[in-house]
Amino acid sequence: MTTTTKVLRQLWPAACGVLFGVGLALSGMTQPSKIIGFLDVAGHWDPSLAFVMAGAVSVYFFANRIARRRARPLFAPAFSALPQSRIDARLIVGAVLFGVGWGLSGFCPGPVLVSGGAGATAALWFVPAMLVGMLLYHRFDARRSGPSGDG
Amino acid sequence: MGPSFTPVSSLIGGLLIGLSAAALLLGQGRIAGITGIVDGALRPRAGELGWRLSFLAGLVGAGLVLVRLWPRAFPTSLSASPWLLVVAGLLVGFGTRLGNGCTSGHGVCGIGRTSKRSLVATMSFMAAGMATVFVLHHLVGAK
Repeated sequence: MTTTTKVLRQLWPAACGVLFGVGLALSGMTQPSKIIGFLDVAGHWDPSLAFVMAGAVSVYFFANRIARRRARPLFAPAFSALPQSRIDARLIVGAVLFGVGWGLSGFCPGPVLVSGGAGATAALWFVPAMLVGMLLYHRFDARRSGPSGDG
Repeated sequence: MGPSFTPVSSLIGGLLIGLSAAALLLGQGRIAGITGIVDGALRPRAGELGWRLSFLAGLVGAGLVLVRLWPRAFPTSLSASPWLLVVAGLLVGFGTRLGNGCTSGHGVCGIGRTSKRSLVATMSFMAAGMATVFVLHHLVGAK
């Protein structure tokens, strides 16, 4: 492996993280008011979030098609296994709990981490609680083995 | 429609998010689901920690730099009281693990690979979010 490849391999995920964060900030999603505005269908509805998703999904759709035709990714030995496809009560209950927290705060996990980096006080309350919530889940459900799934 | 509707910057921001998720998939072979990446860093398996910390450092670092260049992109006041933020954080952490994903993992990557499971998850958290905002801002009136 050349030195350039080694350096790229280390920096690639970081560059992806920076790009993700810049995209979130530019899209307005680091502002809880924009999230609440999207969820507030009975008030002054702000459909911006739908535009964010449309942009992101359309790019990812083509990336996923390219990935399926490749044997392996550029800087790692293999693609991760495809997430499960089962639609069950866990999925729905989990999504609903997330949705309630999302609506209460106007924070999704990505934007709140970027806002944490920016030193926003609200994020400094939210992020530690989110990490505790994850750990509580694993305590509550010790039967499952390891992190898996759709992300 | 709200006065703060920003179709152009939101679409461009979304394209960048999609590009980031695409680059993580094609380069690292991984799905850019934020809660999945965080969770895997909290409980690392062999060979699974480095790229996660690298990605998260980039994500948090972006905020660190951007707030200096463009402070208006970030919240300056609390969107809810501290105890409500803590409850919300607990629900988001617990719920995204039970449901295996959040806005990025299900909403972007899952729907992007046309997963019915992720579409159901996304519709569920959006419906729950809308119901919560309706109760909080229209019934209780706590703004």
